[in-house]
Amino acid sequence: MNTKKKRFMINLITYAVLAVVFVVLTIMINNKTISRTLKGMLIPICSWIVMAISLNLVVGISGELSLGHAGFMGIGAFSGIIVSGWLLNGMQMEDPTLRLVISLVAGGLIAGIFGALIGIPVLRLRGDYLAIVTLAFGEIIKNIMNCVYVSVDGQALNFGFLNGNLPGTLLLNGPMGAVKVKTIATFTAGFVLIIFSLIVVLNLVNSRSGRAIMAARDNRIAAEAMGINITKYKMMAFVTASVLAGMAGALYGLSMATLLPTKFSFNESINVLVFVVLGGIGNIPGSIISATALTILPEKLRFLQNYRMLAYAVLLILVMLLSNNPLLKSLWRRLIHREKDEDGKEGIRA
Amino acid sequence: MAFLSNLVNGISLGSIYAIIALGYTMVYGIAKMLNFAHGDVIMVGAFIIFSASVYWKLPPVVCILLAMLACTVLGMTIEKLAYKPLRKATGLAVLITAIGMSYLLQNTALLIWGANPKVFPGLFDLDNIRLFDGQLVIKPETLITIAANIVIMVALTLFISKTKTGKAMRCVSEDRGAAELMGINANRTISVTFAIGSALAAVAGLLLCSSYPQLMPTTGSMPGIKAFTAAVFGGIGSIPGAMLGGVLLGLIEIFGKAYISTELGDAIVFAVLIIVLLVRPTGLLGKPVREKV
Repeated sequence: MNTKKKRFMINLITYAVLAVVFVVLTIMINNKTISRTLKGMLIPICSWIVMAISLNLVVGISGELSLGHAGFMGIGAFSGIIVSGWLLNGMQMEDPTLRLVISLVAGGLIAGIFGALIGIPVLRLRGDYLAIVTLAFGEIIKNIMNCVYVSVDGQALNFGFLNGNLPGTLLLNGPMGAVKVKTIATFTAGFVLIIFSLIVVLNLVNSRSGRAIMAARDNRIAAEAMGINITKYKMMAFVTASVLAGMAGALYGLSMATLLPTKFSFNESINVLVFVVLGGIGNIPGSIISATALTILPEKLRFLQNYRMLAYAVLLILVMLLSNNPLLKSLWRRLIHREKDEDGKEGIRA
Repeated sequence: MAFLSNLVNGISLGSIYAIIALGYTMVYGIAKMLNFAHGDVIMVGAFIIFSASVYWKLPPVVCILLAMLACTVLGMTIEKLAYKPLRKATGLAVLITAIGMSYLLQNTALLIWGANPKVFPGLFDLDNIRLFDGQLVIKPETLITIAANIVIMVALTLFISKTKTGKAMRCVSEDRGAAELMGINANRTISVTFAIGSALAAVAGLLLCSSYPQLMPTTGSMPGIKAFTAAVFGGIGSIPGAMLGGVLLGLIEIFGKAYISTELGDAIVFAVLIIVLLVRPTGLLGKPVREKV
């Protein structure tokens, strides 16, 4: 089997498995055989999966370490909440599905605009400097969201900065975040969003642009010599990822009754990065699996009570140590990869 | 007077950042890794001083030395157990391990000392200094912090430039392969770097919690991130850069909070960092990296 065919098969299997999981879960929800905690986690899991897929586009495919991905999620979440609140209170739009779709698109677009604004200066930098600037942008976004007040009065949206005295119903209340959000996100919408982001990312990766992005990652100078416009393709990956992160954020925000701006901190960016690295850098199906597993794992470790996060930390370190152990690595390769992997997807090198 | 008081406070806060940033920058320079657990070593150091002073009633000097010793051992152990096996792994794998280490330290501290904020004891029993007929009041902690920073800087610069170990550290950070060929034990040198960085983290914990006496398992993370920013600001890998970056960052934070907006203090700090990096992509004192084809 050649590489192209193999990749096609993997993608097909990914879609098929996701569809089966979705059908099974929907049946379980309808039969009420699903546990309450798992049901409550379904929509967040969907948004974390989309976050992991989109970050993998930046870290794995484009090869740039981003430590501020949660910032885009936050922008998407709060724009989604504002748009949905405005549609309900200002435009009297009752249909939740239509509202959800418009909010998701709006969240994605606004996050994408910010992604473009941030990407222009950031992508000029390299390596760890790029990482620290994305970290800084994430913190700035969080800090500014802490000071923004938005209310809807009739059809008008009022914005206040450091000033909560606005007419009408408050949608965003500065450091208190979004309050009394109408939770309109559904599991079906989450599933559709995952499929949408998969289609976007997988098609991008397997396109001419995707090959240009990966060429720029593998050898910047050689790619430049081949006439590839590095900044353009890096921007393409970065903005696509921020649009998807914004949509994931909108989905997440509209599934929670209250949402604090501090939720989208550095720690969340790091969590998503952990999903990406444990799932395999550049490996999109891997990201889906690890995002699901690592969102459920801390819940499943609840029986450990106070030792829960400790166990999580130890597991994280052990997995990193074992998966990078040269002895185990060669053993693994001999067992699984009988035929030598031609893809050689590696992402960022040390 | 408000200006002078802000200036002193800014330099003092900046000194704390500078001392923390030293740990980041030295480790980065020599092991080429971002040690995200460094901020939490500070927290552990502060908690040890807290316990030694409040529970065991030890004299302040003993508390500090104990914390420095414990942090040194902790830093070296972390390096041995978690980072050394990953010398040949990708940068991201090491980064994630460091993050895991940071979670581990925070949650261990949570189990030992609990989640409630502790009030850090005042170890320096000195009076406030009043200048200009009492218009300018300087806390003793502020001056001690600045003095400690100067002493550490001078000592470290001498150590790096004069001693054999310091020379080995410079060699390993320049080119590890070549240094090993010259008979330098790179692993030992990296270990020593972690030891120094962690001992400094204990000092930073003492100074941080003396000025801002609230102690929680997450105390170290935000100063850690800011100090890391300071290290990048000054040019990561450069020791004078860490010093300059730290002090400037402290000044920007205090003046930004005082004259622009209290709520936006952090945003101002990070915005300045971004502007500096756009003008000088390798930080204030960083060396430009040449690319070979």
